[in-house]
Amino acid sequence: MGAVFLACGVIAVAFVLFISLYLVVSGLPAIWEIGVVDFLFGTKWASTAAEPKFGILPFILTSIYGTCGAILIGVPVGFMTAVYLAKVASPRMAALVRPAVDLLAGIPSVVYGLIGMMVLVPAVREAFGLPDGASLFCAILVLAVMILPSIISVSETALKAVPREYEEASLALGATEIETIFKVSAPAASSGIAAAVVLGIGRAIGEAMAIMMVAGNVANMPSLFSSVRFLTTAVASEMAYASGLQRQALYSIALVLFVFIMAINVALNHLLKKKED
Amino acid sequence: MDPNEKKEARALSGSRRVWDVVLRALLYLCAGVTCALLVFVIGYIFVRGLPHVTWELLSTSPSYIRDTIGILPNILNTVYLVVVTLLITLPLGVGAAVYLTEYARNRKLVAAIEFATETLTGIPSIIFGLVGMLFFCQLLGLQASLLAGALTLVIVTIPTIIRTTQESLKTVPQSYREAALALGSGKWYMIRTVVLPSSVDGIVTGCILAIGRIVGESAALLFTAGMGMSMNHFFSSAENFLHSSGASLTVALYVYARERAEFDVAFAIAAILMVLTLAINLAAGLVGRKLKKH
Repeated sequence: MGAVFLACGVIAVAFVLFISLYLVVSGLPAIWEIGVVDFLFGTKWASTAAEPKFGILPFILTSIYGTCGAILIGVPVGFMTAVYLAKVASPRMAALVRPAVDLLAGIPSVVYGLIGMMVLVPAVREAFGLPDGASLFCAILVLAVMILPSIISVSETALKAVPREYEEASLALGATEIETIFKVSAPAASSGIAAAVVLGIGRAIGEAMAIMMVAGNVANMPSLFSSVRFLTTAVASEMAYASGLQRQALYSIALVLFVFIMAINVALNHLLKKKED
Repeated sequence: MDPNEKKEARALSGSRRVWDVVLRALLYLCAGVTCALLVFVIGYIFVRGLPHVTWELLSTSPSYIRDTIGILPNILNTVYLVVVTLLITLPLGVGAAVYLTEYARNRKLVAAIEFATETLTGIPSIIFGLVGMLFFCQLLGLQASLLAGALTLVIVTIPTIIRTTQESLKTVPQSYREAALALGSGKWYMIRTVVLPSSVDGIVTGCILAIGRIVGESAALLFTAGMGMSMNHFFSSAENFLHSSGASLTVALYVYARERAEFDVAFAIAAILMVLTLAINLAAGLVGRKLKKH
């Protein structure tokens, strides 16, 4: 029986190797054909034009801007909520708020996309007087909400793991409860909070369906109120009808996305290991 | 006493007190915003969606002749996906967890497997969808089909099953194992009769979480299970059902909202998905609490 279980165990490793190899093998040819610099730093994507251009800088920058925006909004709100749950809330309130956070995490991304599309996009169009509300701004707001639950739960766990003695020492020296939380507990939990931020980055950069419904999907260079396309949505929006070099270029975009994700994963693992030591 | 002196005698200086009040208010505000978001999302979806959840919608398939929309095929597709995926992922995931906690001697291999499961957790579903489409649909010739979708979901859900099973296997006391071995049981017999039954709660939690992931998944299914909206007859011909394309509830929501502009149907599906999410969260919570009691 041992061999059977060994095979089961190795299967996860096999999946990861398989996905990496498959993406590299199917993604590299188009990058060579288009040229690494033209592909990564070309500012124009016109895959179906008579003279097609395959520059994915707009997608890369949109993904980076969108993720940064979501982190800028999501991390402060998520961190403060985590502090509330871990340190301030009465047990009864915490027992009420925590399932709410879990539920927020479980809502399918298309539902967020639907609400974004039907509520947020028209609201942004009205508020800023735009011809079309679907924009980077909407995508950032939707992403910020979607990364909240993971940021809250990871930071809460980190804050709860801070030894009680640290806080008692600080309180005994005359610091207030709030001062203790922000000057003692939070720094002591910093690597866990950093892990929460990195996890949020990973979630935001990999989200596809919700953004597809609110960002407009035009391959513009990113600006806050224009219709934009992310790395993930670039893959999803043309996959249904693409062929030839265009199709291969989509695999290359997925490869670039994968490289980003792997870098984030390695950073996350590093942070979590550091926390354990 | 001089009023200035009186001030100094107080416990906190003015700026410290202001910071205290401001930060405390911010804490409550942020927690409030999080809860308000949830209430808004649930409330809005239910208000817009529930009135359109009719028996006709739930029990028919779409008809161009009568110009009606029904989501029965999508409900069944979701159920098929859950069943087929769990049938494959559960033995694999539990097996891997058993290997990691009971058999593994090679530390490097264990580290590699754990790194791999963590990596799989972090990979976005659109990448799973793409690789699934390339490999299952094109290379293996399954086309866009429920089987291809389920096989892709196996890769998506296996880390969840491995992690939760492993957690609960670790909580089985070492003395149980030693007692079984001392009574002359073989290793596999010991695992089958002692270790696995005592960790069944963890395995059930893993299943519930995996079901939640499958029900909510969309990007990985769009190009693997496809967008078919017609009925797949599960019992009439098994082969046919596995090899025809079928949209799950999430994919149907996307198609109705983005491509057909049938927003009432989209909101109705969203309301059903919310009910499912609530039920799954509740179930996971209950099983989790039972697990803690042991």
